[in-house]
Amino acid sequence: MTQKKPQNSDVQDVQGEGWVYTEIVKDHFFNPRNIMLTEPRDIGKYNGIGVVGAPVCGDVMKVWLKIDPVSEHIKACKWKTFGCASAIASSSVLSVMITKKGGMPIEAARKITPQDIIAEMGGLPTRKIHCSVLADQALRKAINNYYYSSGTLDRVRPEVERVIDKEYDITDFKIEQMVIAGHTTAKAVLKALDVPIEKLSESVINEVSESIKFYSNLY
Amino acid sequence: MKPYYNQKFGNAGALYSLGRSTKEDLNAARTMVAHILSAKQNEITFTGGGTESINLAILGYCRAHHTQNKAKSFGHIITTNFEHPAVLESCRQLIKEGYEVTYLPVDSHGLIQADDVIRAIQPNTILITIMYANNEIGTILPIVAIGKSLQAVNHQRIADGLPSIAFHTDACQAGEYLNLAVNSLAVDMLTLNGSKIYGPKGIGILYHRQGLKIEPIIFGGGQENGLRSGTENIASAIGFAKALEIAQLSRKELKVLTGLRDYMIAEITKRIDNVVLNGDAKLRLPNNVNFSIGGIEGESAVLYLDAKGIACSTGSACSAIHLEPSHVILAIGRSHELAHGSLRFTLGRETTKSDIDTTVKELTAIVKRLRSMSPVNIEAK
Repeated sequence: MTQKKPQNSDVQDVQGEGWVYTEIVKDHFFNPRNIMLTEPRDIGKYNGIGVVGAPVCGDVMKVWLKIDPVSEHIKACKWKTFGCASAIASSSVLSVMITKKGGMPIEAARKITPQDIIAEMGGLPTRKIHCSVLADQALRKAINNYYYSSGTLDRVRPEVERVIDKEYDITDFKIEQMVIAGHTTAKAVLKALDVPIEKLSESVINEVSESIKFYSNLY
Repeated sequence: MKPYYNQKFGNAGALYSLGRSTKEDLNAARTMVAHILSAKQNEITFTGGGTESINLAILGYCRAHHTQNKAKSFGHIITTNFEHPAVLESCRQLIKEGYEVTYLPVDSHGLIQADDVIRAIQPNTILITIMYANNEIGTILPIVAIGKSLQAVNHQRIADGLPSIAFHTDACQAGEYLNLAVNSLAVDMLTLNGSKIYGPKGIGILYHRQGLKIEPIIFGGGQENGLRSGTENIASAIGFAKALEIAQLSRKELKVLTGLRDYMIAEITKRIDNVVLNGDAKLRLPNNVNFSIGGIEGESAVLYLDAKGIACSTGSACSAIHLEPSHVILAIGRSHELAHGSLRFTLGRETTKSDIDTTVKELTAIVKRLRSMSPVNIEAK
């Protein structure tokens, strides 16, 4: 008897239990759509970027959105994902969902829930449901980045925001936006945020630097 | 095995002749297993598999020790932090019952030194349970050295009026490839199962040295000398004995298999950058190759390989019920990221050099593809 995985299952865990992916999931996993393998020529027109997840947890997703500044419809979506089959497939499925038929308006796109993506995938094995949550979060982050970088700050709605300095309103969200904009040092980030660096305590500056380091690794 | 389903289906506990005949066959199987282990027939108990044997050894021995000595406090058990869940969970159960457990950390090669085991002994220690070979990374632990050192310790303990310590080894992974003679191993209990030796699933044995007191964990009609109630699984017991015999006869394959293993390890190291071998390169089972590959997630790699007809497994959290990455890969000091990116290839009797070449070629392409899809770089250190 040689070791064989049980019939009708795609993956088997160490306990020998198998699970099955739908044909839609398999299709998007084996033939991912809209993946960022080479930079598109009009990369400059991609005006919303977001990253969620952490390698420690086994899932990271990065999205690039090309949003038409007039109609605010999503004209193109590119992504890169580190993760399991359902993380990759959900990235691909979401990219198709938001760009078909001329592109989804961003306000509608930010309302997409994990359940919407799972339904579009034809369902997921119970144990894998947490994975697809990544794609909708990454999308909302990229939309926030679009609002931030296009100067419509009142429309930014970060999911969770950690306040680093109350007095000057320095948050990890703002630092993330500065890193996406290309600033790499505490000095440059604080200058761009119009915060006088000499007025900050050493511990706040350290925290800002740590935060920059964290986001620089992601973007 | 087949005749025991459609012709010789008698209940081995029955008096009618069909039953007596199957009883004889069961005992012949027991004799064959005993012979291979250099043990006595009454030292072999058939169980429902490796997990059950381990539960019987750990729970059965500790509980019997407690009852027998009318001990006021519960004893102490020594094991390692990278055992099979059957051992870890049995120990967890004993902690609930009041026992103490020491989980010795393994080193970065997935090994442990006999001295470290001996140093962990306390006056109230009653059992040491350490695997013979690890199921995920294939490292072979120094069971003989631990057993011999323990014999000296026990000699002194008896002189000091302390209870002697029993030694159990989970040899499920070793059955196919390693020496199983219990005397030379100096163990008191040893677990084997059928599915890991090309034998049937749902059958295992526990070797327990004559005179060792063990309480049953399954109660009923008193089969297997009262240690394992329930109608005997004759067909599987006979299949198990046969598989073990074949495994012993095919020892000459070991050299070939070891050569293939080392070839595969060398090829992967040469052709794919940013990888690290999990487990010692030499002190490992001849069928085990386990790498952590930087920047890939295991389940995705498993599925892409599967599409190419190559079966392997991963320590990634994404392929576990509890969503935690492999405790074995973490135990040898790898990061969570590298546990997610671990892949285990198991070689077998039918594996050829050309299979390995194909596997390495496909793996190289898949790793390249997955890395190009990933937004992060992960160093394999």
